[in-house]
Amino acid sequence: MTPQEISDKLKQKFPDAILEIKIEGVVDPYIKISPSNLKDIALYLRDDPDFQFDFLMCLSGMDYTKGTLGVVYNIFSMKKKHKVNLKVDVPKDKAEVPSIASVWPAANWHEREAYDLIGVKFLDHPDMRRILMPDDWDGHPLQKDYKVPEYYQGMKVPY
Amino acid sequence: MGLLDKQFNNSNVIITSMDNLLNWARLSSMWPMQFGLACCAIEMMATGASHYDLDRFGIFFRASPRQTDVMIVAGTVTLKMATRIKKLYDQMAEPRYVLSMGSCANCGGPYWEHGYHVLKGVDRVIPVDVYVPGCPPRPEALLEGIMKLQEKIRSESLVKKTA
Repeated sequence: MTPQEISDKLKQKFPDAILEIKIEGVVDPYIKISPSNLKDIALYLRDDPDFQFDFLMCLSGMDYTKGTLGVVYNIFSMKKKHKVNLKVDVPKDKAEVPSIASVWPAANWHEREAYDLIGVKFLDHPDMRRILMPDDWDGHPLQKDYKVPEYYQGMKVPY
Repeated sequence: MGLLDKQFNNSNVIITSMDNLLNWARLSSMWPMQFGLACCAIEMMATGASHYDLDRFGIFFRASPRQTDVMIVAGTVTLKMATRIKKLYDQMAEPRYVLSMGSCANCGGPYWEHGYHVLKGVDRVIPVDVYVPGCPPRPEALLEGIMKLQEKIRSESLVKKTA
């Protein structure tokens, strides 16, 4: 299916959840959806016989600055050989997105990474801990306004 | 003064100083700890393999800090790892030596400015005897560093500790 067909079918099923569809003028077409419907949409994309999106290629945390964080999902169908990108935006002061680790298990560690480095919390995640930074680390280092701490456990951090 | 100060031809007696004997024993059996942190570890493994052959220096990698004399810090020291390195160093028996291998362990390397997670030089947590520059250093460079460390041990004395 082309991105246009995918987004049309998705729009029919979830008319309120689709916030934006961008196909022309971008390198990779994407569909922006509201976070509250994310899990239903993910399950629908995975299980519908027309879609069969069985492969989560990547999951990335984003910091768009101006108080907005986001998550991007790149999903692909091994059977149908088509792909689509989903985007979710959340405010930075309440950055909570439902976890899709139960839909695509590959999301488990990716969501932990996005939480660790960007600071998006994933609700109902089986193991919502940091994955790279030490457990007692403060802040999320890949946020654009992140300031490197002066010391960590008595060790000077800046050069 | 050489190691074999006086050698008698007709008996099994060798006369030397205690300093010489101890230094000779230590520098001829430097056992490094078996761990690597990044790409430098690949060069370290190549140095240990048959082509460069660390065994000829009496160097064998040991898997426990209790059995090791030398710590080769081969790679990027993240802050998370630095706490572990400190602990491992404290577990080594004296006399113990540290060889910092590569730019990352020396000073942070390419992460010196934007590496929020990297310790800018392993000498911020443990004392370093020899620094080997390079990114990563070739096996020849590591061998040079090891021989520098041998030189350092050779000049040690029981009276005045220099390392």
